[in-house]
Amino acid sequence: MTQTEIPAPATREATLPRPAWKVLLIRPEAMTFVLLVLAVIAGSQLSEYFLDLSYILKSFTLSAEFAIVALVLTMVIIAGEIDLSPAANMALSACLFAYALDAGAPMPLAICIGLVAGVAMGAVNAALIIGMQLPSIIVTIGTLTLYRGLAQVIAGDKSIRVPDTFIGINDILLLGVPLPVLLFTLLSVVLGLVLATTVFGRQIYLIGTNEVAARHAGVRSQRIKMWLFLLMGLVSAIAGLMTASRLGSVRYDLGLGGELQMVLMAMLGGTYIFGGRGSILGTFLAAWLLVIVMTGMIVANWMPAYQLCVLGVLLIVSIIATNLIYSRTQR
Amino acid sequence: MLKKSTLIGLAAGFAMLASAAVAEPLKIVYIGKNTGNPYFDSITAGFEDACKSLGCEFQFLAPATAEATSQIPIIEAQIQRGVDVIGISPNSADALNQVLDAAKAAGILVLTVNGDVVGNESRRAATILPVDFTKTGPNQVELMGSMIGYSGEIAILSATTEAPDQNVWIAAMADTLKNDAKYKDMKLVATVYGDDQPEKSTTEMEALLANYPDLKGVIAPTTVGIAAAAQVVQSRGIADKVKVTGLGLPSEMRDFIKDGTVEAFQLWSPYNEGWLAVHFALGVLDGSVKNEVGGTFEVPNLGTITINENNSMNTQAELTKFDKTNIDDFSF
Amino acid sequence: MTGWRHILLRREAGIAVMIVLFCLSVGAVKPQFLTLDSLRIILLLVPLIMIGAMGQMLVLLARHVDLSIGSMLGLTAMASGMMFRYMPEVWWPVGFLVSVGLGAVLGLFNGALVTVFRLPAIIVTLGTLNLYRGLTFIMSDAKQIDRQYVPSALKSMSVTSPIFGIPWIIFISFGVAILTYWFVMHTRIGRQIYALGSNPVAAPLRGISVTKVTLVVFAISGALSGLAGILYASRWGFVNPSNTGSGFELQVIAAVVIGGVSINGGVGTVAGTVLGVVLLGCVSAALPLLGIPGTTQSAIYGAVILLALMIDRLVRMQGMARSTRAAVP
Repeated sequence: MTQTEIPAPATREATLPRPAWKVLLIRPEAMTFVLLVLAVIAGSQLSEYFLDLSYILKSFTLSAEFAIVALVLTMVIIAGEIDLSPAANMALSACLFAYALDAGAPMPLAICIGLVAGVAMGAVNAALIIGMQLPSIIVTIGTLTLYRGLAQVIAGDKSIRVPDTFIGINDILLLGVPLPVLLFTLLSVVLGLVLATTVFGRQIYLIGTNEVAARHAGVRSQRIKMWLFLLMGLVSAIAGLMTASRLGSVRYDLGLGGELQMVLMAMLGGTYIFGGRGSILGTFLAAWLLVIVMTGMIVANWMPAYQLCVLGVLLIVSIIATNLIYSRTQR
Repeated sequence: MLKKSTLIGLAAGFAMLASAAVAEPLKIVYIGKNTGNPYFDSITAGFEDACKSLGCEFQFLAPATAEATSQIPIIEAQIQRGVDVIGISPNSADALNQVLDAAKAAGILVLTVNGDVVGNESRRAATILPVDFTKTGPNQVELMGSMIGYSGEIAILSATTEAPDQNVWIAAMADTLKNDAKYKDMKLVATVYGDDQPEKSTTEMEALLANYPDLKGVIAPTTVGIAAAAQVVQSRGIADKVKVTGLGLPSEMRDFIKDGTVEAFQLWSPYNEGWLAVHFALGVLDGSVKNEVGGTFEVPNLGTITINENNSMNTQAELTKFDKTNIDDFSF
Repeated sequence: MTGWRHILLRREAGIAVMIVLFCLSVGAVKPQFLTLDSLRIILLLVPLIMIGAMGQMLVLLARHVDLSIGSMLGLTAMASGMMFRYMPEVWWPVGFLVSVGLGAVLGLFNGALVTVFRLPAIIVTLGTLNLYRGLTFIMSDAKQIDRQYVPSALKSMSVTSPIFGIPWIIFISFGVAILTYWFVMHTRIGRQIYALGSNPVAAPLRGISVTKVTLVVFAISGALSGLAGILYASRWGFVNPSNTGSGFELQVIAAVVIGGVSINGGVGTVAGTVLGVVLLGCVSAALPLLGIPGTTQSAIYGAVILLALMIDRLVRMQGMARSTRAAVP
């Protein structure tokens, strides 16, 4: 019996690693950067008053508080959770701070009260989401309404003024750059390094990709998530105090709708809503993108109707692009 | 090669000549509380017509929502654009402090229209109010009284708890009820807040009817509130038992007047506020009007306007009463 | 399976009990709460949310979410409103066709983005929430449709009907609930929604066309938002480009979640959702009656949502313990 030759298995080269330039350029952050450049060009075409660096920096300070929180929110989303309560947290922390000042507390004590309140709110979120295993989106919708409501109870519909010495953080310029913008950039660098280079950062990505597998690999996912929610609480409180300084007064509706802007910044920066992917760089660029787009439209005196349409389309286009990039780069 | 300084000097010279020859029209901007609000459309019409007749550039802007800080980016943009006059119906008395200061520092004339930044008057040049707000409360009480025979339980349905205009009026109403003997048989049993939202105003009105079965009248000094209250009364068919009045827009209340649900209500002409604002602003900028308390000046169609305490002006002396006889005369 | 059914039955019963307890306690303080008049008020608060909740329930069952329902409500209401204003010679019920039809188209657009581009529904509908609201402003030139332009026949649907004087709008909303029940229980696509939501990966293997089912749920959500849109004009008598539908999605999601529909798909019933809507309606009606200022009301809503979630979790944990105990011989 002649043995039929078993054909040698066709050898295939292991797929070549993607060329370095592709890895660097074809990623969601690059798409955000491209959109940013396009937005700057569009803005300058729409209005002659747009291309003024100090004006753009000034406009950024109006969103800087949200941008700072969005950085931490990015980490939370990468870890597979979400937090929609930070804006309400900002308001409640700021209200407690202002209330304490009004009641005669010295400034350092009042600031402490505000910060502790923020962390406490983050702890409540953590307890419900991690402790009781409730879905984070619904819990934080619930706490968002609760915190906002409590802020309303404390402050009523009144504005509580803050002392003049506390006002004007956005007017402080270092090298021509407003302080909030510097803080945002600084925090981006710090968190970016943490997320990209430390073990803690790696673990966040692992948890977001597959929490069960991560836990089996020894990652203490509950612990890490708890820290993230507490950090969210702290950062929200700081953002709340910054807003109080910028506006000169505190109201229960401080930062109303802010959660939407923060999620928008994270999404536009290529963060994947279901976790496991995203970067601080992306959110950093996206914050600038959002500010440029909004400022460009406002200084061109566009009415809200068109602004809303542009925002909606921007979000959809960017999410399509992000998805395409991810599906192309996964083999 | 011409030296750079010579070039600059020449350019400056040309620019001065050019600007002397062609005076740039003044740029006026009016920032409403939010878009989609018909009340501010009337004020805008007044601005537009006045600018057309006086020759200035006008633009109406408004944020998507009426929340306290939503006007800030718009004001910043106008400073950047170098406008000459900003008219604004502020969403908040305090939140705009920093940005209004910046506008003032940039040389922009800031006017508040239809409502003031109470407590921060120094941050704006003047305010245009429709009527003397201290008289609104008593006028409304009188109108209510005339409809219920000056006796019975009444309630107030207001906007938000901290709305400065409404609170001034309500305080005056309570005062009038307490101190004026004419209204001694009228009792104010409740003040509720509909937050200027139709749904909330409706549920608050229904709660009033349930809680106070002997209620004879409701005063709603807010256009959203009075429309909601009238709707409730109309759908329950109790127009002869419970009288609704307040401050309303003719366009929204027309149906209710015609079918008898509401006998009469009051307001003023928002259009006139825009008209007056432009005339005042242009007058101040070209020197023909002095922005001083006690001063007066003439405005076509409005007559003599007096500048009152806190640099405030009123477009008309008394509230206009709308009822079956005149409801069709108005287009706002 | 029996273990789960017991849990579900208990869930609906739990909400019903909460409703009864709540009404009795409010009634003890304010007897007016327990009158027919009060019932009428509650029922009138409910229709729009009920209709929206049915659509949202289907979307959540399929493991998606639709945040654009408020903007769809606004846009469709404005479309009909503009027809009423600028084409008054058209027979007014055509408004229903306009709103529902446009709603279905808007919903299909959402669904298409989700299926064709495989985008997360939460982001897509966040984008369309803004886009549709912007279109509403553009279409109406930022002007509201005043009361005199809305046909009084339409408005009277929220006031009365020949049947015991109960407004048509209440029949319509409960009718939609009943139709939804029939749809999920007795049609193939309805059952497929549950299957898709519980296990999206296995669904195609079971012959379920993921694209078709997804498009259907989003189209229904849109169409129901359209129905809610024209009924908004009926209930409140006007359409405003800024306010109409604003915040609607939050109320609907709160009601649906309280009613036991799971964010993770595959779990939820019409009965539960109806009860969730009714509970929120009772709470909304009771608060002004109790004189609780508006400032505390939102805090209470937040607390109610959290409470419902926690109770749900505790019940599920108990149920799981029970069924594992039953499984072990």
